[in-house]
Amino acid sequence: MTTTYEPNKVLSNKEFKVVGTRPVRPDGADKVTGRAQYGADLQLTGLLYGKTLRSPHAHANIKSIDFKKALALEGVKAVVSAKDFPETKDTANYGLGDSPMNYFRGNILADKKVLYKGQAIAAVAASSVHVAEAALSLIDVKYEVLDAVLTAPEGMAKDAPILHDDLFTKEFEKQTKVNSNIAEHFQHKMGDIDEGFAGADVIVERTFDTATVHQGYIEPHNVTALWNDDDRIHVWTSTQGAFTVRAAVSEALAVPVSKIKVTPMEIGGGFGGKINVYEDPAAALLSKKAGHKPVKMVMTRAEVFEGTGPTPGSHMTVKMGATNEGKIVAAQANLAMEAGAYPGSPVGAGAMCVFTAYDIANVTIDGYDVVVNKPKTAAYRAPGAPNAAFAAEQVIDEIAEKLNIDPLELRLQNAAKEGTRRADGPIHPRIGCVEVLEAMKEHHHYQSPLTPAKNGGKVGRGVGIGFWFNIGMQSACNISVNNDGTVNLVEGSTDIGGSRASIAMHAAEVLGISYEDVKPQVADTDSVGYTAITGGSRTTFATGWAAYEAANDVKAQLIDRAATIWGVDPDSVEMEEGVLRSKTDTELNMSFKDLSAQLNDTGGPIVGRGAVDPSGIGGSFCGQIVDVEVDPETGKTDILRFTVVQDAGKAIHPSYVEGQMQGGSVQGIGWALNEEYYYSEDGRMNNPTFLDYRMPTSLDLPMIDTVIVEVANPGHPYGVRGVGEANIVSPQAAVANAIKSAVGARMEKMPMNPAAIMEQLWS
Amino acid sequence: MAKVFIPSLMQELTDGQTQLDIQGSTVREIIKELEQSYPGVKDRLMDGFKLKGNINVAVDGEVSPIGVLAKVQENSEVHFLPALGGG
Amino acid sequence: MPATKVHVTTTINGEPVEFLAEPRQSLLEVLRDVVQLTGSKEGCNDGNCGACTVNMDGRIVDSCLVLGVEAEGADIQTVEGIASADGLHPIQQAFLENAALQCGICTPGFLVSSKALLEKEPNPSEERIRMWLAGNLCRCTGYDKIVKAVMAAAKEMAS
Ligand code: FES
Ligand code: FES
Repeated sequence: MTTTYEPNKVLSNKEFKVVGTRPVRPDGADKVTGRAQYGADLQLTGLLYGKTLRSPHAHANIKSIDFKKALALEGVKAVVSAKDFPETKDTANYGLGDSPMNYFRGNILADKKVLYKGQAIAAVAASSVHVAEAALSLIDVKYEVLDAVLTAPEGMAKDAPILHDDLFTKEFEKQTKVNSNIAEHFQHKMGDIDEGFAGADVIVERTFDTATVHQGYIEPHNVTALWNDDDRIHVWTSTQGAFTVRAAVSEALAVPVSKIKVTPMEIGGGFGGKINVYEDPAAALLSKKAGHKPVKMVMTRAEVFEGTGPTPGSHMTVKMGATNEGKIVAAQANLAMEAGAYPGSPVGAGAMCVFTAYDIANVTIDGYDVVVNKPKTAAYRAPGAPNAAFAAEQVIDEIAEKLNIDPLELRLQNAAKEGTRRADGPIHPRIGCVEVLEAMKEHHHYQSPLTPAKNGGKVGRGVGIGFWFNIGMQSACNISVNNDGTVNLVEGSTDIGGSRASIAMHAAEVLGISYEDVKPQVADTDSVGYTAITGGSRTTFATGWAAYEAANDVKAQLIDRAATIWGVDPDSVEMEEGVLRSKTDTELNMSFKDLSAQLNDTGGPIVGRGAVDPSGIGGSFCGQIVDVEVDPETGKTDILRFTVVQDAGKAIHPSYVEGQMQGGSVQGIGWALNEEYYYSEDGRMNNPTFLDYRMPTSLDLPMIDTVIVEVANPGHPYGVRGVGEANIVSPQAAVANAIKSAVGARMEKMPMNPAAIMEQLWS
Repeated sequence: MAKVFIPSLMQELTDGQTQLDIQGSTVREIIKELEQSYPGVKDRLMDGFKLKGNINVAVDGEVSPIGVLAKVQENSEVHFLPALGGG
Repeated sequence: MPATKVHVTTTINGEPVEFLAEPRQSLLEVLRDVVQLTGSKEGCNDGNCGACTVNMDGRIVDSCLVLGVEAEGADIQTVEGIASADGLHPIQQAFLENAALQCGICTPGFLVSSKALLEKEPNPSEERIRMWLAGNLCRCTGYDKIVKAVMAAAKEMAS
């Protein structure tokens, strides 16, 4: 069934000319003609090809590595291993917090120990990919295989094999003397949890397990690196943060950032998974050792699954209590998430989001970051929050069921508002939780009867709501005026989903010119100020803000220039809708276009700059309504109808906002129903292909209806909240709740594939 | 005075106090002041002149992009949180 | 030892093309590395993502599953051959106007597949479009806007 888009629920009352329209993206023509240059498309003179040798074991000591035979193969130019890293300091920080250098480097090229199957050990550069691959099979590595730990509960067990002999549990940064796989334990506490439960009429407690999943971007990681004869390094790569890559290469190789230039190529999806840096430092080392020849490395799909990502599996207990009237009075969560081989799971974020949609007086949340023999986890769209919401949003659903209250009504009754204190401490600023829930309740999907079954199965409806806090961080932007009344905009955020357009729209709005007159460009690290990752839903918010600042700088200079030309006081000149005019003398006016033509004769070029590290971040709420059909004979689940409602603050480019909502929701559906790393007992992933790691196809889905709610973020000039992530938080729970309503099975395991549903039905 | 919220796992350093009213115009001053009464707090939170890489400070609900340099007002709330990233 | 290369004569996007290919090289590898047409993308190299989709003698194929030497005598169309001197093809225009791409890595494959569908069936239903495109993975969009773009292109081409 095709449904037309809901009109947007607009609560911000500012009027805009460009903001809120849906222009075609500036890189569009290149991307529909095959001309856009992605990392793997790069060709350089004298190019060599690199390949990585990866561990076949999940946990093993490396006894020795012998390269003799590989080096003897014709066409092999260089090999590298951890031995090629220079002496350096103990801690690495490439813009995302501190980590011990041996952990950071260990995930690039393992030293004495491998901690997951697929971990990089060595790399080869050769005249072709085929030769490089042949050389890998000639490298002789001797291992001492150890027992593997594959889940958080296994890792936390008393007698678990220990991954790192230098890892001691931290308790909110207190270093304990316990050598264990628990890297960190933290706690958020508010009110009195025992008192809270004592006052509850119903209490629901359940334990949930979710599997490891991958971000699943279609473009594999790739890098080309040239360590030039003058010792300057140039890296071309597919990344969410060119400056992050620069810092990581600098930290790994102990080369100053001024000697490294990173050119971000077009990027074929990231979702958080292209923030971590993998083969880039090894490619640079290979380039140097091969006699300063450029080296290109492109991962295979299996390498992407086994060596990058994923987002963690988790083990979580959630307990909530409510009064008969439907007031939630206590909530407790115990969240353990797999960090993978090195500390750093997103459990902190999960803890921050688990009960954030609700106003609850008594809350305790414990989080555990547990290392296991799986790839080091990477961010994946609202990292940690979907796991937590899968648990909490099902427990709430069960409370609603027990109290016989409509599930959206129960959520509305307890919804967080401006002024509500979150369990981790801070107070919510203006948020759109209530508005999102109301829009869901009023939506004709929620108002209409269940979608009829297509194949004679049982149908059910579920809802869920999720939160993501979003981030700010540094962004820079320059705008220079062309003499034909257009501007060039240079920014540093790699564009994964149309952000060039939304950033350009900020500038066009300020200058009062058309969107087409702003030409945005993503620059390399030598050509623009420091700009943090495209991630955390920050790009439109922060880099858009930098563009807003740069455009205002241009505007101020234009006003000055017009005043000079007219010989009047700049304070008496204003610029509105692309026209400069005197506030007092109606004779004095001039279009931006006319002024731009005169710049070179009246004082020279005008260049504006914007550099920000903004506060005023606005978190986003997003909810889903889903109708499913479950075949009670097989457990197969089909999505019949799906509606997603999100608070965008202000949708700069509504089509791209809808795209984020649809994309995030569908990733959530895949996570809910199918996706999982399927492990053998000794820690090998059994399904590292798109055939067996099954992501949703067009055939698995209906249209994804969207409603954009706009509760303006007072912290941004146009009211923007980030929209990239909140949409993946609760689809899993909404699907689980729909399955429960269809067949009566409460799903405590994810994915909810046919086997899991049948198991639950028979139990 | 600013209202400083002590993370539950750090309350062992503050004799179990969950909230303290502390004088200071920046987060740095607040931590210095805390250290006076509750030795060990500074080491727990800071590494030299900076917050530890895995700790954030929020002043009035906003995570400070400038760490301990953040200004604190008379009635501000100060929270120390585990640092987080996004995808 | 590198195998002896085979001489292949073929037509790509309407132009006669000759190339030398190792017998083990896939058509995708040849297109990208030998003929320098990098519009076709590699997402999996095992026939499961469709990013490498090309039209070969009127059939949609995953070029990573075809050998370069099999191109002998074939008529191949890649994403680079969809636009004409007159500008973008309606399907390309529809993808842009309907925001049917985010990162764009899947787009070449979707364009080649959708164009083939519309040439066979000028007015496909939503169901039919979803069925036809099921071999092309997109991780960014959730397919909604892609399906709508194909419908919009069908409408545009009919008028
Ligand atoms: S690369 Fe050919 S189908 Fe994926
Ligand atoms: S647009 Fe990114 S995979 Fe389709």
